[in-house]
Amino acid sequence: VTDRGLEDLLRPLAGQVLGVLVRRYGQFDACEDAVQEALLDASVQWPDSGVPENPKGWLVTVASRRLTDQWRSESARRRREATVAALEPPAVLAGPLPGDDAAGEQDDTLTLLFLCCHPALASASQVALTLRAVGGLTTVEIARAFLVPEATMAQRISRAKQRIKASGTGFHLPSEPERSERLPVVLQVLYLIFNEGYTASSGPGVHRAELTVEAIRLTRAVHALLPDDGEVTGLLALMLLTDARRAARTRPDGTPVPLAEQDRSRWDTAAISEGAALVSQALASAPLGPYQVQAAIAAIHDEAARPADTDWRQILALYGLLERLAPGPAVTLNRAVAVAMVQGPHAGLKLLSGLDGDGRIAGGHRAEAVRAHLLELAGDRDGARTAFTRAARRTTSLPEQRYLQAQATRLAPRDR
Amino acid sequence: MLLIYNNPAFYEAWSEEDRTALFSEVDQIMTELRESGEFVAGEALADGSNTKTVRVRDGVPAVTDGPFAEAKEQMVGYITVDCDSEERAVQIAARWPDAKYFAMEVRPIMHTTVADV
Repeated sequence: VTDRGLEDLLRPLAGQVLGVLVRRYGQFDACEDAVQEALLDASVQWPDSGVPENPKGWLVTVASRRLTDQWRSESARRRREATVAALEPPAVLAGPLPGDDAAGEQDDTLTLLFLCCHPALASASQVALTLRAVGGLTTVEIARAFLVPEATMAQRISRAKQRIKASGTGFHLPSEPERSERLPVVLQVLYLIFNEGYTASSGPGVHRAELTVEAIRLTRAVHALLPDDGEVTGLLALMLLTDARRAARTRPDGTPVPLAEQDRSRWDTAAISEGAALVSQALASAPLGPYQVQAAIAAIHDEAARPADTDWRQILALYGLLERLAPGPAVTLNRAVAVAMVQGPHAGLKLLSGLDGDGRIAGGHRAEAVRAHLLELAGDRDGARTAFTRAARRTTSLPEQRYLQAQATRLAPRDR
Repeated sequence: MLLIYNNPAFYEAWSEEDRTALFSEVDQIMTELRESGEFVAGEALADGSNTKTVRVRDGVPAVTDGPFAEAKEQMVGYITVDCDSEERAVQIAARWPDAKYFAMEVRPIMHTTVADV
């Protein structure tokens, strides 16, 4: 097996194996460590010995052994004989337990996701823990993806596990209505993971790109478990429709290519068809939600053969809808672009000036960049150039800065 | 990134006891930042007397000793933290002892991620 093939095989099993262990033995934090060790054993041994006939069973056995080894050594240290006896695993390992069937396994993945996205955790910790416990990534891989030292990431993960332990949350699926209350947090964590990967450009960001693959895989798993949830479907569609443009969205040097200038022949048509089908299905059958609306907007962009074919009227209507469902300055910013495309740049600029009172976005580089584009559309080259320069100074992204500086230079007065 | 500014001559005039207290205060913050998973990196710069200035003019490198900014407030080190907000970074900077006597600068680090434009 290749490294890539091995990863594809191991990662989907991580959450399932962890689920079996936690259900049998409790102690999420200890089980999580044991599963990581078993995954490591597999990645070392399988390339030589070949993949066992029942990979999941192998991992469960090895992880259980790791866990009981750990308990034995701890117990020996503490000289607590009685506890050792109570924790002896052979009898437990002999046969299947209630919940070991397929339905139990499916619940496990969801239960784990809800546990990792526990409201007591900061979002950076939710993301890290989800990738490790459910995604099967190692701490080193997660640290590389988020460009922090391994020790920092290890600390984040172990603190997150301590917090979950301290919260006293057991390993069971939250009941309704708690589940529907907390599902948005799970979806947000999956979307954050996706975005971390999607926005990665070349260079040191290479390892991050893999995060989109993980996010899509995890969201697919949730979709398979909750096929009737419109927002889960909407999020999966949004990821597919966005990721479809990945190959065309940056130049080889990492600088961004605006949607209107992208080589659409490089878009992933299979991902677009799948995403578009998913979003139509969700819109037709489930209550409306923000992910579905965003996916619908992405689908309209993706299905236009040329930029001029884009149905901006429909996009404008959808942004209006999104602003009612999930209002925020970023939505208004996007709506300003749509307004400009339908009613002309001055109408867009007017909407943008309404944002000036909103400190969260008015001073941001994105608002300045949009303003610059609209000023240029309106024929105000000088104003556009000033706005591009301001945006370039405010962004903290190097590739974006290069793009914005290039726009400002392009609009500089030419010597005759 | 938190840039640390001070005048080393100021601390040189302190008692050994006071300097020890100062260092343990910094150690304490560092421990907290490591435990919270926010610490990324940090270095202290050697004394300014070890500085070399390099200039290339007409293709010729000229290396001179210094500048020796002895009597001036200067950058003496940095720490990099990965935290949730600018407010949090400012909060960490405000706890650094040098902020009391001199200044800390909080400045975002450029990254290479690209949002859709």
